[in-house]
Amino acid sequence: MVLPADRGPASAALLDILSGEADAAGTLAAEVSAALESTPDIVFDDDLQLTLFCLYELHYGGIRDVSDDWEWDTALLAARGRIERAFEAALRARVPLPERPEPTAKAVAARLFEFTAADTGPSMSRFVAKKATHEQVAEFLTLRSIYTLKEADPHSWAIPRLSGRAKAALVEIQADEYGGGRPTRMHSAIFPRTMSAAGLDPAYGTYVDAVPAVTLASVNLISMFGLHRRLRGAIVGHLAAYEMTSSVPSRLYGDGLRRLGFDQDATWYYDEHVEADAVHEQIAAHDMAGGLVEAEPALLDDVLFGAAAGLAVDGWATERTMAAWAAGDSALRTPAAVR
Amino acid sequence: MSDAVGTGAGDAGARNRTGPGDADQDVVIVAYPDGPFLVRGDVAITAPDGTPVERTRATVALCRCGKSTIKPFCDGTHKLIGFRTEPQLPGDPAA
Ligand code: FES
Repeated sequence: MVLPADRGPASAALLDILSGEADAAGTLAAEVSAALESTPDIVFDDDLQLTLFCLYELHYGGIRDVSDDWEWDTALLAARGRIERAFEAALRARVPLPERPEPTAKAVAARLFEFTAADTGPSMSRFVAKKATHEQVAEFLTLRSIYTLKEADPHSWAIPRLSGRAKAALVEIQADEYGGGRPTRMHSAIFPRTMSAAGLDPAYGTYVDAVPAVTLASVNLISMFGLHRRLRGAIVGHLAAYEMTSSVPSRLYGDGLRRLGFDQDATWYYDEHVEADAVHEQIAAHDMAGGLVEAEPALLDDVLFGAAAGLAVDGWATERTMAAWAAGDSALRTPAAVR
Repeated sequence: MSDAVGTGAGDAGARNRTGPGDADQDVVIVAYPDGPFLVRGDVAITAPDGTPVERTRATVALCRCGKSTIKPFCDGTHKLIGFRTEPQLPGDPAA
């Protein structure tokens, strides 16, 4: 991706460093401190979430014209760690956990299915199926593109941190996400067809400037879970909840796109997820999450936390989008970006 | 597998997956509670007249609640209809 525009003093200090304009490690530390002290809510804080997003991006595909050496720079890692600790603490304080099941695969899977079925947030998929306009669908795809163009990557960090049944399950899911050896079937490669059909630019990172903090937070959350061995329970819980809330909504998204006249090539991404995630959710709940808890019962609470935090942050993002649309506004920061 | 000898299409590869002491079967069907059958392994899925049902992934979920919109595959609808595979306990009010 290309360097985004800053959203305040902390992200400005980071972008100055990354673009080689300033040797500003001291400024970055000071601005991150100031931002952490003054933020009313880190989940919705543009400056801090963009800073974290850019720091994580160094571990993925990198940022154009930015040296790969920054990935392991200790000043940047220190800034990342401080934002992460505040972000994680905010979520742990706010996200209610499902009741703790017995630490058996069967009980964990049953509790996750019960919990994900009870998710009561506003339904984006029903809205897209029945009511969304072409413009709203384009905004929805824009918001989703931040994660979907690197779909599966954040969860792949967990592979070397698991073993046995849970690892085999995660790898089986990820192999399917990555197209089973066929690059054109990778989910992150199918989604661009949907974006193009909606008139959007599918290049990775094009719309980072256009999306609000909470959308960045929903992706940062997965990177944080994935990049910390300590949080391997949470990344597994997050993926399980993702897979378990995907097949039915994907059918509704496909219906919405068909209603608006999109062709089969454009709906492929969603049609594919109807079938794929009906497979993945079983493996994810029973074998990956259940298998992990049987192997490491101490991780049970983090599995539940990962599942609950993922649904909560996505729910807040959906609430924000729906509220903007209900008020007749754009859900994006820079609506012109998608016109 | 080019080094497999005397194979028909159906059994190619199967012997290569199973090592000494490996109890794995060539085809495994897992019955998940309140959900589909997951099928792993080299098995053909066809219509009654033998026409192959297109299979695009290594592991597939076969619907057993009867309500999927993409039969024979599962689409998650079983969750919406409260499909149960486990026998209800006597005296369970839901039974
Ligand atoms: S078993 Fe899943 S839809 Fe029938």
